[in-house]
Parts: sequence; structure tokens; C-alpha cells
Amino acid sequence: MYGILLIMGTGILLGYLFRKPLKHGLLLDKWILWSIFLLLFMMGLSIGHDQLIMSSLPSLGLMALAISLSASLGSLVFALLLWHMYFKNRK
Amino acid sequence: MKNSLYILAAFLAGILAGRLPFASVLLAHPGTGKYALYLLMLLVGMGIGADPRSLKLVRAQGVRLFLLPLATLAGTFTGVAVLAGLLEEIGLREALAVGAGFGYYSLSSILITQLHSESLGVVALLSNIIREVLTLILAPLMVIVFGKLAPIAAAGATSMDTTLPVISRVSGREFAIIALFHGILLTILVPIMVPAILRLFPGA
Repeated sequence: MYGILLIMGTGILLGYLFRKPLKHGLLLDKWILWSIFLLLFMMGLSIGHDQLIMSSLPSLGLMALAISLSASLGSLVFALLLWHMYFKNRK
Repeated sequence: MKNSLYILAAFLAGILAGRLPFASVLLAHPGTGKYALYLLMLLVGMGIGADPRSLKLVRAQGVRLFLLPLATLAGTFTGVAVLAGLLEEIGLREALAVGAGFGYYSLSSILITQLHSESLGVVALLSNIIREVLTLILAPLMVIVFGKLAPIAAAGATSMDTTLPVISRVSGREFAIIALFHGILLTILVPIMVPAILRLFPGA
């Protein structure tokens, strides 16, 4: 797991060092998008092939909905607190 | 938004292909996914390093910019921790890891699939897509009930791109800079927080 962070850190350093050629030449965003396509296709592939996961999709979906609702609600409440504490009177 | 649809289409196409009888031939060797993830992480890192916007913003706006990302982080983790406490089907470790996707569903689902399991990867994918969609649909309501920072916090990492147009419409254009920095910072935090949570919290 530390390997992933190390690789991203290396990427940030490389990106910073080569920020000028990266902005003009290589289409970084396009590469990122295509590797995401590929990874999600592969993820779908092994999920579609896995009978156990396919049959539990409805319950996984419910769990996902519960997590996104609670995560969003928590952020909204904290945003409201911050708004009243710090931002409201400054703008 | 268009890219989000393509990403989802790639995933659905994968599922359909996986249903085919000869899918096992297509299935990549175990380990290929890991190297594809490494490549993605390198590219994502390079994208962050090459993007001058975040550094410029910090210089121009100072510490105040960090308050909202911090609130989003604390709010998200509090929310999912309460949920994990209420429902015994959902473990704290899993809820925090999925929550730490902050709406960045492509990267968080890939990370969780590799570091935890495919089924939690699916949860991360769906949950973080739902977070983005909720923000897109409910942003006008969020501003009324929870104030002008609310849609940005709900958007999570997506406040730098897909949800930015909606945010600047409902909160006002003066919040676009706050939203942009908020999204950039949380985007950087996703690949740090997800592995960190899965590592720090002991498995069930």
C-alpha cells in the first residue's frame, strides 16, 4: 500500500519537473481517462464473471446508497457549521 | 459529465463481457490489474504536479482555503461512522474507505478493488457516483438549507470539475475558487486516505 503512495509521489515530482512539456505536448488527461476506461472494464469483466457478486448486487447497491447519503449529510452539516462560524459575515 | 458516462459505459461493457461464456479467456492474469493501477497512479500524480492552479491558489488565498476541505473530510467521516454504528451490516473500516472516495468513483473503486475486495469496489463505485449525482440534482436545495458552502462539501473531490458549473450557479461565482481548490485537495487526498484507512484499521 505504501508502494502506491510512493508511485504517486514520484508522479507528482515528475509532473512538477516536467510541467512545461506536459502542458504542451503529452495529453496526460487523455492517458488518465483511457487507463481508467481499461481498469473499469477489467473490473466489470471479473464482476460479471463472478456469480456471487452479481447475485448480491442489489444489497451492495443499498449499502452504497446508505454510505453516500450519510457521507453527504455529514459534509452538509459541517459545511453549515463552517458557514455560520467563519464565512457568513466575511463575504 | 460526458466522461463520467463513458467511464460507466466501460464498466457496464465489462460486466456484459464477463457474462459471456468465453469470458474466462478475456480475464486478465492476476497482477495485471495491479500494474495498471500503478500506471494510473503515476499519471494521476503527474497531473497533480503539472497543474499550477493549486499552488497559485494557496499563495493567493492562504490558510482559509483549507477550512472547507477539512469540514468535508470531518463531515464525511462522521456521517459514515454514525452509519456504521447504526447498521451492523456495514463495518467502520469499510464505510470509512468507501467514504474516503469523496465522489472520485473511478480511482476509489479501483483502489478498493485492489486493496480490499471486488464487492467493496462495487460499493465504492456506486456510492461515489451517487454522491456526485446527488450534488448535481440537489445543489439548489442544499444552498437553501445548509448555506452556500454546502454544495461544495457535498460534491467532494468532484467540485473541481464535474459539479463546478452547478456550484458556481447556485452558490455564486465568487465560490468557484473555493470549490476548485476544495476539489483539487480532496482529489489528492483520495489515493492517500483510502490505502491509509485500509491499513490503519484492522480487518474484521
